[in-house]
Amino acid sequence: MTYRWTLTMAMSIIHRATGVALYGGTLLMAWWLIATASGPGAYANIQGFTSSWIGRVVVFGYTWALLHHMLGGLRHLVWDLGYGFGPNEREWLTRAALIGSITLTIIVWIVAYAVGGGR
Amino acid sequence: MSTKTSIRTPLNRVRGLGSAHHGTSDFFRQRLTAIAMALLFIPVIVIIMSLLGRNQAGAAAILGSPLVAIVMILFIIASVWHMKIGMQVVLEDYVTDEKTKLAAIIANNFFSAAVGLASIYAIIKLSSGV
Repeated sequence: MTYRWTLTMAMSIIHRATGVALYGGTLLMAWWLIATASGPGAYANIQGFTSSWIGRVVVFGYTWALLHHMLGGLRHLVWDLGYGFGPNEREWLTRAALIGSITLTIIVWIVAYAVGGGR
Repeated sequence: MSTKTSIRTPLNRVRGLGSAHHGTSDFFRQRLTAIAMALLFIPVIVIIMSLLGRNQAGAAAILGSPLVAIVMILFIIASVWHMKIGMQVVLEDYVTDEKTKLAAIIANNFFSAAVGLASIYAIIKLSSGV
C-alpha cells in the first residue's frame, strides 16, 4: 500500500492540537480578566508576564492557534454543509485556512503594536 | 450495525438516541457555539485591541461597560461550552481505560465550568464596579 502524508491529514491533527492548546490557554484569559477585576497590582503582574519574551511567544502562539482553529473550523462548517469535497476545492480550502491563519496572525500583531505601542 | 436479528425496529433504535442517549446534540452544539464565536470574533478582537496600552483603570472601565461586557460574556459561554465538547471528543478517542476516561471527562467538566464562571464573575465584578 502506498501511503502519502497529505496536507488535509496534517491540518486535521493540527486542528485538534490547536484546540487542546486553546483549552489550556483559557487559563490565560481567565487570569487576565480576574487580574483586571482585582486591581492595579494584579494587572501589573499579568502585564509583566505578557510583555516578557516568553509571554510574547505564548500570546503570539495563542493568536495563531485561535485564528487557525477558527479558519479550520469554518472549513469544517463548509464541509458539514456538503460543499468543497472535490479534489481541487478541498486542497484549496485547506491551503486558504493555513495561509490565512498565518497572514491574519501577522496583521493582528502589526495592528496591536500600532495601537498599543508594544504594551 | 449488528448482523443479529432484533425485534426492535429501526425507529425504536433511533428514538433511543444511540448508546449515550444524547443523539447528535453535542455535534449540533459544537457547531452552534462555533458559529457564535465566529460572529463574535471581530467585536472581541476590537475590544482586546482597545485595551492595549491602557492601565488597569482604563482596561477595567472598557471591560465593565455594558455592551463590551455582554459581548465578552457571550464569547466566554460559547468558548467554554465548545472546548468542553471538543476535549470530551479527544478524551473519548484517545483514553482507552474506562475509569481513567470517566475521571478525565469529569475533570474536563470541572475545568470548563470553573474557567467559564471565573471569567464571567470577573466581568460582572468589573461591570458592577465593586
